[in-house]
Amino acid sequence: MMGRCLGLGALGVVACLSLPGCFSNNRHQGARLYAEACAGCHGDAGQGLGRLIPPLAGADYLALHRDELPCLLRRGMHGPMTVNGVLYNQVMPAARVDDKQLSPARLTNLLNYVENNWGNHAAPRTIQEVERQLTACPTVGE
Amino acid sequence: MSNRFWLAPALAAALLTACSGPSADQAARLPILGERDVRPNPNGGPADTIFATAPAFAAVDQAGQPVTNQTFAGRAYITDFFFATCPGICPKMNGALLSVFKPYATDPRVAFVSFTIDPAHDSLPVLDDYAQRLGVTDAKRWHFVTTGHSATARDTVYGLAKGFFTAAQPDKEAPGGFAHNGTFALVDDQGHVRGLYDSLDANEVARLQKELPVLLAEIAERHPKATAAK
Repeated sequence: MMGRCLGLGALGVVACLSLPGCFSNNRHQGARLYAEACAGCHGDAGQGLGRLIPPLAGADYLALHRDELPCLLRRGMHGPMTVNGVLYNQVMPAARVDDKQLSPARLTNLLNYVENNWGNHAAPRTIQEVERQLTACPTVGE
Repeated sequence: MSNRFWLAPALAAALLTACSGPSADQAARLPILGERDVRPNPNGGPADTIFATAPAFAAVDQAGQPVTNQTFAGRAYITDFFFATCPGICPKMNGALLSVFKPYATDPRVAFVSFTIDPAHDSLPVLDDYAQRLGVTDAKRWHFVTTGHSATARDTVYGLAKGFFTAAQPDKEAPGGFAHNGTFALVDDQGHVRGLYDSLDANEVARLQKELPVLLAEIAERHPKATAAK
């Protein structure tokens, strides 16, 4: 009995030690992807640039178009769009890092980062959810 | 032991004096960039050094006003090269230039010029819209200029970019169809390029913010009357 408890305890300790180890590499992936693919235009704190580049911080667009965002990142965007009542009209290239499009897992981390920083709050996305939204997205420019 | 403590400052002082030479009491100066030419003096005296100057340009800004080198005679100006539909580095570049511009938004001692490298697309209304969207309301303070509609307008602006130590050329692989790097050039009141700064590097942008007042102080020294009048 005593031995079994100790065994379970040891297993728990091992699990506790190894789990963060498994995730630690990707823990800040969203922030890293943002810095690499997005911050140049949208700013280090999602502030945008005048009426040229829409902000992400406090942007109503994120909640209003939540389901479309994986496609928007995958394919890029052009033409007029309204964010917080301001009309923007620029070209946004597809989000790419190292000249590769972002996997559903990376898109999930990136979106979770953007949607929960700089005053933004949204329900966390799952990879399955993002994958589903990507299949609904027309395959243009891929 | 105590002698050694004396030695270091004394040596430093000696070095400083030796290096700064006759202009020891002058403020720090920015270098003049570009190839220089040495011309023998026909009268047999010491040769003249001819410093490189920024290329001559004739462009039109977002308000429809002509902009040439003469527009900035006696003043400093800062240049960059961009295009309005640029999805690559332009937002970061012009965002950085905006941060340099803001403290000088109403200061006539320095002006800002952004040349479009896509004159076929960036008409005056497009340039005006871009400026307004960036938050620049006075075209006299920050000119967004085009080299015009002629078939050679594009070659003209590429040549200018080279003259201002930056690179711009069409490239199908680059985002938006043009490859360029985001170098800012700081030009003095006599048309000499005095500083080049990589707009994508925050340290370089900070260096421009530090060096601009150094150049303005030098220009004020050259034009004591103009400064006194203000």
